[in-house]
Amino acid sequence: MATDRGEEHGGQSQDAGAQGGVTVTGDPLGGDTPPTEAAVVSSAPDLLADSLADYTRIWFRRVRSGESGALPVVLGLVAIVVYFQISQPSFLSASNIANLMGQAGFLITLAMAQTFPLLLGEIDLSLGFNMGIGATITVWMVSIAHPFPTWVAILAGVALTGAISAVEGLVIVFLRIPSFVVTLAGLLGLNGVLLWIYEQTGSVGNGGVIQLHNNFINDIVSGNMSPVAGWIALVVVVVLAGVFMITRDQRRRAHNLASPPLSVTLLKLAVMATIGVVLLLVLNHNRAASLLVTLEGVPWVVPVILVLLAIASILLTRTKFGRYMYAVGGNAEAARRAGISLSRIRVLAFAICGVLAGVSGLLYASLLGSISNNVDGGQYVLYSVAGAVIGGVSLFGGRGRIVGAVLGGFIVAVIYNGVILIGLGAAGQYIWTAVVLLAAVTLDAIARRGSSAT
Amino acid sequence: MVMAEGSEGARPADADRAPAGTGQRAAGGLGGSAPLLALRGIGKSFGPVQALADINLDIPAGQVTALAGDNGAGKSTLIKCIAGIYQPSGGQLLWNGQPVHIHTPKDATQLGIATVYQDLALCDNLDIVQNMMLGHESVKYGILDEISMELLAKQTLRDLAVSTVRSIRQPVGSLSGGQRQAVAVAKAVMQEARLVIMDEPTAALGVSQTELVLSLITTLAERGHAVLVVSHNLTDVFRVASRIAVLYLGRLAASGPATGFDTQSVVDFMTTGTSSRLGEHRKSALSGGFTSGTEGWTDGN
Ligand SMILES: Nc1ncnc2c1ncn2[C@@H]1O[C@H](COP(=O)(O)OP(=O)(O)O)[C@@H](O)[C@H]1O
Ligand SMILES: [Mg+2]
Repeated sequence: MATDRGEEHGGQSQDAGAQGGVTVTGDPLGGDTPPTEAAVVSSAPDLLADSLADYTRIWFRRVRSGESGALPVVLGLVAIVVYFQISQPSFLSASNIANLMGQAGFLITLAMAQTFPLLLGEIDLSLGFNMGIGATITVWMVSIAHPFPTWVAILAGVALTGAISAVEGLVIVFLRIPSFVVTLAGLLGLNGVLLWIYEQTGSVGNGGVIQLHNNFINDIVSGNMSPVAGWIALVVVVVLAGVFMITRDQRRRAHNLASPPLSVTLLKLAVMATIGVVLLLVLNHNRAASLLVTLEGVPWVVPVILVLLAIASILLTRTKFGRYMYAVGGNAEAARRAGISLSRIRVLAFAICGVLAGVSGLLYASLLGSISNNVDGGQYVLYSVAGAVIGGVSLFGGRGRIVGAVLGGFIVAVIYNGVILIGLGAAGQYIWTAVVLLAAVTLDAIARRGSSAT
Repeated sequence: MVMAEGSEGARPADADRAPAGTGQRAAGGLGGSAPLLALRGIGKSFGPVQALADINLDIPAGQVTALAGDNGAGKSTLIKCIAGIYQPSGGQLLWNGQPVHIHTPKDATQLGIATVYQDLALCDNLDIVQNMMLGHESVKYGILDEISMELLAKQTLRDLAVSTVRSIRQPVGSLSGGQRQAVAVAKAVMQEARLVIMDEPTAALGVSQTELVLSLITTLAERGHAVLVVSHNLTDVFRVASRIAVLYLGRLAASGPATGFDTQSVVDFMTTGTSSRLGEHRKSALSGGFTSGTEGWTDGN
């Protein structure tokens, strides 16, 4: 079918070249030709549209032809939220939303972590237990018996998980064993290591549990930004984003390059600001059950996730490394011929995955207020894959955005939270997640079939 | 070198019915300066299989050299020997008259040889600019400098008169075959290739897409690049090539200015290794090329 599209383009080129003989002349990359269906379907509407109306039209055409971007994820999220809210009106209460943010923190981070191997067409099955080990080391290092400085403990945990994943990456690259197998061994082996750490009792934990007695780590999930700090942070973020987007567009325009219409940029900023304002209005509300205390503000885990998202986005979309991640995932042979070291990219991707798993472990320990040898690493790794895939990250590499993984991880958390709230146990939670996952990949498959059939 | 050039040019020029002046002009155009790449006695065997034997071919800058031949004639093997993928089992490569050894694809790239393979090796998920700049990104403070890369890519496409893409920010996966070929060529050109090798660039393309690629090839040569195009589509060969080389069963059946050939003679060379459409003495000279004609070459050198 690709050739069909080709003929369309070719038709134009031949017309243009008809007067000029062999050499195709004419306005190179001329903007006066109407966007062809193929171009519209596959490129970002930002750079094709001339106005907001144009943008909307192109966007709808894309959705109809299957390239719907984040739309199904967002619609799915809205549908799930509405359902839970109807079933249990306390779902959207301030205290449950704060609760949800805490649960979402580690699940979103796991989905982000898994996105790195997935973008290469690889997978890290050992992520869940790796996270458990990192958290154990950190919590152990700040336990009463071992008063290491908090930052040393955090750094040690994250460095360890990063190193473990990097070693897995090295094995995958140098022994040329599929990542599925290497990290499956990692899953089993690290589960064993986790149990073994706790078996060295006396020094570690009590009955397989280490309590977290560290205010800094506890406060990531349980502590809140003051309401004023929340507002200031929102204003700063929106203004920075606005300045960045608008100056970038202006620079592009100054160089005569296609740039999104100002109205589209403003609309994006407005959406961002609105979400922030709603979240702040809800979470800045005093949600304490007792009249004697106040409990208000955005939990610290929210800015932590946003910072991770910003860093990962910059890494993947604005650096050479990120470009090479997509190149290797899209066509490894092409990347190799372009002089990219596949081994380096693969090992780095696994190392980053491990670091993010370590951060996830930290958020997990902060959520629980403890860590144990009972971490369900097998379950969490599946959630990490589910989150990334729900968010549009392809299992075959080269496709997907980190913001999608954040959304997907958030959906997993919403289900996790909502199913418990409406009184269904683990059974409901698994089945719900399964249905959403299937729906997400089905939509994706239909979309892809749709776009390859145009 | 002049001698080698002369003898190579002379054979087909002698060998055809075209006015002698044409052949002389083509040869004269090269006179005095060495061709960009010269193959001298290149052979390649895979175990017992002799895929190439004693190939002598000059590839001048600013011209399109077409390499024709039936399936299995050794066209792909020959370009792989030039591109550093295979090591020739014998013979010599001269780059600007200097003997060179091309051991790896990287060696070839460093010399200025870019090969556009049939599979093109593009990342469908990346856009046109990203593909063209892949491996050569410009970076400011660790952050990709998208604007300068996009301007560079845009300029290169403009220079090559590629005008059919709506946005250079669309993924390559959404492009037609001809446009993909154009992107692959532009990528090669941007990396300062002096010799661009293209393997079957128009196979699997529709009529109008072929047109696009052929005009691109012409533009490349006009801009001073040496172009070696592998093709067994004779219409295309005659449209763009100023020089033609025909392989037959791993040997060079004929080579020389395109004016020295017509479709029928090329078909004859491709299918039988000789052409009856030539005068008697030329026919023997050419068929001699299979056996003892090589001596003529060494003598010529
Ligand atoms: N890697 C290889 N090993 C063994 N034989 C090969 C190899 N590559 C090519 N050949 C042989 O060399 C001959 C020329 O092949 P090729 O260069 O692919 O022809 P063409 O590209 O002209 O169709 C064929 O007989 C083929 O079987
Ligand atoms: Mg071939």
